[in-house]
Amino acid sequence: MKFTKLMTGAAMAMALATGALADGHAKTKLGFVYVGPVGDGGWTYEHNKGRLAVEAEFGDAVETVFVENVAEGPDSERVMTQMALDGADMIFTTSFGYMDPTINVAAKFPNVKFEHATGYKRADNVSTYSARFYEGRAIQGHIAGKMTKSNTVGYIGSYPIPEVIRGINSAFLHARKANPDVQFKIVWAYTWFDPAKEADAAKVLIEQGADVILQHTDSTAPQAAAQEAGNVITFGQASDMAQYAPLPRVSSIIDDWAPYYIARTKAVMDGTWESTDTWDGIGAGMVGIGEISDAVPADVKAEALALKASIADGSYMPFTGPIKKQDGSDWLADGETADDGTLAGMNFYVEGIEGDIPQ
Amino acid sequence: MDLSAINPVLFVAGFLVAATPLIFAAVGELVVERTGVLNLGVEGMMIMGAICGFATAVETGSPLLGFVAAAVGGATISLLFVFLTQVMLANQVASGLALTLFGLGFSALMGQSYVGVKPPRLGDVDFGPLSDIPVIGPILLTHDIILYLGLALVAAVWATLKFTRIGLVLRAVGENHDAAHALGYKVVRIRTAAIMFGGACAGLGGAYISLIRVPQWTEGMTAGVGWIALALVVFASWKPWRVLAGAYLFGGITQLQLNLQGAGVAIPVEYLAMSPYVITIVVLVILSADKSAAPGSLGRTFHASS
Repeated sequence: MKFTKLMTGAAMAMALATGALADGHAKTKLGFVYVGPVGDGGWTYEHNKGRLAVEAEFGDAVETVFVENVAEGPDSERVMTQMALDGADMIFTTSFGYMDPTINVAAKFPNVKFEHATGYKRADNVSTYSARFYEGRAIQGHIAGKMTKSNTVGYIGSYPIPEVIRGINSAFLHARKANPDVQFKIVWAYTWFDPAKEADAAKVLIEQGADVILQHTDSTAPQAAAQEAGNVITFGQASDMAQYAPLPRVSSIIDDWAPYYIARTKAVMDGTWESTDTWDGIGAGMVGIGEISDAVPADVKAEALALKASIADGSYMPFTGPIKKQDGSDWLADGETADDGTLAGMNFYVEGIEGDIPQ
Repeated sequence: MDLSAINPVLFVAGFLVAATPLIFAAVGELVVERTGVLNLGVEGMMIMGAICGFATAVETGSPLLGFVAAAVGGATISLLFVFLTQVMLANQVASGLALTLFGLGFSALMGQSYVGVKPPRLGDVDFGPLSDIPVIGPILLTHDIILYLGLALVAAVWATLKFTRIGLVLRAVGENHDAAHALGYKVVRIRTAAIMFGGACAGLGGAYISLIRVPQWTEGMTAGVGWIALALVVFASWKPWRVLAGAYLFGGITQLQLNLQGAGVAIPVEYLAMSPYVITIVVLVILSADKSAAPGSLGRTFHASS
C-alpha cells in the first residue's frame, strides 16, 4: 500500500516535472498545510489569504496547493510528504504542532524548502516565522483592563505552549497597568478549533463573572456567545472578525502573512532563499490592530493607539521590567526588557495571575 | 481555588444544552442499531443537518424551519448509506465512514457563503411565572423548544420500542433478520426507514449546534460529537433512558472541567477529558452482567436469498 502510494506520488511528480518542462517554464509550486478549515474566520483564514495574495502577485508563475484540517502529528507528516513528492518547491506548515513533522520531512527532502509557523526548530531547508502577537495582546489587555466592570477578564487558551502563555502574560500585565484590581480567569480548551467547545468555554467564563473575553483559539464562537450574553466584550483573534463589531468585538489582532509569503516565494524563484528565523510585529506590519470600535471610550481608544504607536516605533517593549514571576521571584529588573530567547520559551506566568499552567 | 465561582444552577442549565445534540444523534443511532444496522456516518449526517438547518434558517429567517430542513437534510444524506448498504449490500462500516467523509466535505462546499453569517435566534419557551420557581425554574424552564423535543424523543423512542408492535417488529429485524424475513417482515424497508429516522435525528442534533449552541456556521463544527454519540449508544447498551443519562454525563463532564478550570481547580484537564471514556469502559464492564447485549444482527448484511 505504502509502496504503491509512493510510486503514484513519484509518478505524479515526474509527470508534473516533465509537464512543466514541456511548457518551457517551470512553475514554482507551493504547498500549504492548515490546521483548521480555511473558512474558520481566524487563523487558517488569514494564512489562506496570504496564499491567495501570493497567487495574485505572481499569477501563472506559481501554483499553490493546500490541505486543510490536518491533524497535528503523523497525519501532517503524511500530507507534507505527499506535497513534497508531488513536486512542491516550498511548503508552509502553519501550526505549532507541525514542528517535529516538518523537521522530519525536511530531512528527507533536502531540495524542498520548508517554512514552519510559530516553531523554534530550524534546519538548512527549514525556516521559522511567527508574528509578535504579544504586542497586539498588550493593547487588548489595556482596553480589557479599562473596560471591565466586574474586574474579571476571561481568557480562553488553546494549548499551554509558550506562544499562548506569552499572550496571557502580555495581556495581563497591561490589563493590570490599566486597572490594578483586574483578575484573569483562564480556561484551557485543548484545541485550536472546536466552535462548540470554544462557545462553552466563553459561556462558562461569562457565568463566572467575566465581562471581557480574550481568546487564543481560532473560531468566532466566543464572539457569538458574548453577543448572546450581552454586556460582554471580545476581541477578534488572528482575523478582524468585524462581523461582530461594534459589539461585542471592540478591536482585534490581525495576522498579515501576505508580505512575508510573497517575499519568501520571490526568494525561492530568485534562488536566494535561506533558512531564517523571522519574528515581526506591529512595526513591520505582520501584526495589525483592527479598528477599535466606538464601544470603547475615546480616551481609552487614544491610550490604546498611543500604546500601539510606541510599540510600533520600538520605543516601548511590552515586557519591560520591573516584572516578577508568579512565584514572586524576580524576572526583569526596572527598565530591563525580555530577550527573544526567553520570550520564545516562556513557560511561566507573571506575578498576579492565579492558577497553574497545566503540565 | 474558588468553587463559589461556579453557579450550580447555570452549570446544570449549561450542560442540558451541551448534551442536547448528543441526545438527538445518539437516540437516532440507537434506533438504527436496534434494527441491526451499524451506521458510522453519524458525524457526516450531523454536519449536513448543521448546514442545511443553518442555511434554511438564514434564508427564511425562521429557526424552526431550519430544524425541519436539518431533519430532511440528515434523512436525505442517509439515503446514500441506504443505497450502499441495503441495495448494493456494501460493507456497513466502510459505507458509514464514507458517509462521514462525504458529509464533512459536502457540507463545507454548501456552507461556503454562510461563513460569518449570523443566524436568526430561536427564543426560549415562555413558561410564564413557572420559570420563576427557584432552582427548578432556571434549570429546567429556560430553554428552547428543541431541547424539550429531544427529551420527548427519548421518551417516545423508549415507549415505541417497549410497548408497540412497530417496536417489536423493529427489534425482531435487529435481533435476527432471517427470522424476521421468514415471518414476512420487509427487512430492507424497515431498515431503510430506521436509517432515515436516524439521519433526521442526527440532522436535528447538528442544527442544534449551528443554530443554538454556538450559533454560527463553520466547517467541521460538529467536531466529533457524532463519534461520541456512537460510543454513547454502546455505553447505553441500546436503551433510550441510558442514552439520556450518558449524554448528561458526557455533556456534564465537559462543562464541569471548563467550570473547574475557571474556578482555578488544578485537576489536569487530560484526566477530565478522558473521564467520559473511562467511565464508559467501567460502565460496560458493570453492565456486562446485564444480558442486554448488542442486537443479534448488528452490522450484518441482509439479503433475502441467504
